[in-house]
Amino acid sequence: MSFFSKLFSREKKEDLDKGMEKTKTSLFGKISKAIAGKSKVDEEVLDELESVLISSDVGLETTVKIIERIEARIARDKYLQVSELQAILRDEIVQLLAENNTTDVEDFLPDQGQKPYVILVVGVNGVGKTTTIGKLAWQLKQQGKKVVLGAGDTFRAAAVDQLKIWSERVGCDFYSKGMNTDPAAVAYETVQYALEHQCDVAIIDTAGRLHTKSHLMQELSKIKRSVGKKLEGAPHEVLLVLDATTGQNAFEQAKHFTDATDVSALALTKLDGTAKGGVAIGISDQFKVPIKFIGMGEGIHQLQVFNKKIFVESLFD
Amino acid sequence: MFESLSDRLEGAFKVLTGEHRLTELNIAESVKEIRRALVAADVNYKIAKEFTDKVKEKALGTENLLKAVKPGELMVKIVRDELVELMGGEAADFNVKGKPAVVLIAGLQGSGKTTFSGKLANFLKTKQKKTPLLVACDVYRPAAINQLGVIGEQIGVPVYKDLDSKNPVEIALKGIQHAKDHNLDVVIVDTAGRLSVDTEMMDEIARIKGAVLPNETLFVVDSMTGQDAVNTAKAFNDVIDYNGVVLTKLDGDTRGGAALSIKYTVGKPIKFVSTGEKMDTLDVFHPDRLATRILGMGDIVSFVEKAQEQFDEAEAQRLEKKIRKNKFDFNDFLSQINQIKKMGDLKSLMGMIPGMSKITKDLDINNDAFKKVEAIIFSMTPDERNNPDLIDIRRKKRIAGGCGHDLNEINAFMKQFDQMRKMMHKMSKMPGMSDSKPKSKLKLKRR
Ligand SMILES: Nc1nc2c(ncn2[C@@H]2O[C@H](COP(=O)(O)OP(=O)(O)OP(=O)(O)O)[C@@H](O)[C@H]2O)c(=O)[nH]1
Ligand SMILES: [Mg+2]
Repeated sequence: MSFFSKLFSREKKEDLDKGMEKTKTSLFGKISKAIAGKSKVDEEVLDELESVLISSDVGLETTVKIIERIEARIARDKYLQVSELQAILRDEIVQLLAENNTTDVEDFLPDQGQKPYVILVVGVNGVGKTTTIGKLAWQLKQQGKKVVLGAGDTFRAAAVDQLKIWSERVGCDFYSKGMNTDPAAVAYETVQYALEHQCDVAIIDTAGRLHTKSHLMQELSKIKRSVGKKLEGAPHEVLLVLDATTGQNAFEQAKHFTDATDVSALALTKLDGTAKGGVAIGISDQFKVPIKFIGMGEGIHQLQVFNKKIFVESLFD
Repeated sequence: MFESLSDRLEGAFKVLTGEHRLTELNIAESVKEIRRALVAADVNYKIAKEFTDKVKEKALGTENLLKAVKPGELMVKIVRDELVELMGGEAADFNVKGKPAVVLIAGLQGSGKTTFSGKLANFLKTKQKKTPLLVACDVYRPAAINQLGVIGEQIGVPVYKDLDSKNPVEIALKGIQHAKDHNLDVVIVDTAGRLSVDTEMMDEIARIKGAVLPNETLFVVDSMTGQDAVNTAKAFNDVIDYNGVVLTKLDGDTRGGAALSIKYTVGKPIKFVSTGEKMDTLDVFHPDRLATRILGMGDIVSFVEKAQEQFDEAEAQRLEKKIRKNKFDFNDFLSQINQIKKMGDLKSLMGMIPGMSKITKDLDINNDAFKKVEAIIFSMTPDERNNPDLIDIRRKKRIAGGCGHDLNEINAFMKQFDQMRKMMHKMSKMPGMSDSKPKSKLKLKRR
């Protein structure tokens, strides 16, 4: 528990618990219903478990993996009590996720000393990029960092205004060339601004785009390159924002955005909605790229650092 | 990582090839595959199960029937018919009668409500000659009102906004009054995105509905939504009892399983399909088309209609004449490129052609594909464009200099053009190819 409290303030833990409540009740409500009156974990219980995991958007492949692990355990221990199922399931999920070499981050910003630390934020339309930027900037501002937001979405109506309002809420710097300007130039000049104004962090917003539109993905690669031209080694982070409501398409998004921009971290938003924690399990299992942040609401403080173990545990507490 | 639903179903039916009839065994095998495919396509797990049980029953009923038909094809037909039935019979109508008619838009955050509101206004204005008014009731998300304002400007539709008010019910009512005062006939009320578990916000949308008494209440949902689609659709339905669903972002590679689940759960028709960021990318929903498309048979009907809408008949005939006479030149080529471009996103169009969805999946097609070709042609003189045979090596060098591509590329392009011209000429002499309507040509491919 001390490990827990180190990373989460009380308030945050409450947020997470509240957000996960729906998942929890539906996930384990279903499990206990399925196993009522049974003492032994058999085919039927496993089938039910499969249905529960899939209904939580864990995804086929990861679900199969989890079931196989439980099966292996049954083979090993010969007999598995239904009453143990919950604990074993938690164990297996935690272990499965630990096998993927992604380590959990501990803070909103790695202290690696790059200045400015440049973050490029990408994702499909409406997933929560701009909101996540606002929330992240706020966290960094709380830590005393000087932050600039770059308005690289020059396409969607009023996107620049939206980011500007966030910068005002946070009380951080803002760089824009207005609507319908070249996003690569905005990105480049945002870094320049950060250099000139001694900012610690520059966060660049981009227009939402579907990963299937190759010309838009090329544009993204170009934006990334232009950041590197101004500052070698930048962007230090390419943050892909995924909407937790999204189903299996989230995996396609992760794949294609990674191809175009070498995504280095994921943010999972809208976890305050209904029954959808599962996608975090599937994604942590299948991608080396770690989930770093989770969005738990529209409020400025509702962004958290993601920790797999705590996350899984919060499903079982 | 995951195959598409159509790929998976294809895989399922492969299980059946080589078998001569449907048997209990091979049906069970393929039904399992279909279920997996549906789940991978985000169809709700429970619904996928019920659906495949039904399919199994139907398939067993036809067991010894139709020995002439390949079992795989028969299964395709059974699955498709069931899908169509599930997606719900005929296309639903959209009621904008009234003075003014009111359309209420609701949905989760980021589902595409504001963009859709703009598209709907544009659709009503251009296709139905209505005079719509957009009303901006999202008082929460930063710059949301502004966003609608910009969209309204783009499409030339007035937007009612009240930046001083934080009360969406009041804004909506004032909007309707504004429409009455200005004799506008459809009011589209855009609202803030909200979670179905947010009781306060759900209460608000119920109050908006109660106040504006809409003719149409539309629930906007992202077609990439996962298993949760069922819960959200149901929760919104319980509160606002919407009478239509809008599917957005269908221009991606989503398998659209959520649509199936929603229709199955709440029984409300899907009325519109949104397929892009441009304001004219809105389609009326046809259940049979989505079912067909899910099965990888291509959305042939949509393709034909879209092609016809964009394709200039007279221009097509003019071109055909030139091809027959082997007089096809660079100007014609440019005009063809423009026709194709007008048809919208190339990849999504290609995806509608049967068999093409597989090919285009990995293919890098984009609307910039013609950039190079255009650059080369634009560097030609009018004479050269009219008469391709005029272009000799000296001219090629000049063109190369003009467009910034090297001579090899110009040569390659000229060669391709020449081959294409010969091919077109040859084809134009083939029987049955004189009909310039795209419809009949495409039907040939349909089998
Ligand atoms: N409930 C909830 N809503 C969120 C969260 N994050 C973002 N949103 C909402 O989702 C909607 C879309 O968010 P944006 O930040 O505009 O998304 P975007 O990815 O920048 O969108 P585009 O730039 O249009 O592609 C807004 O209404 C946000 O308030 C979250 O964690 N929880
Ligand atoms: Mg944005």
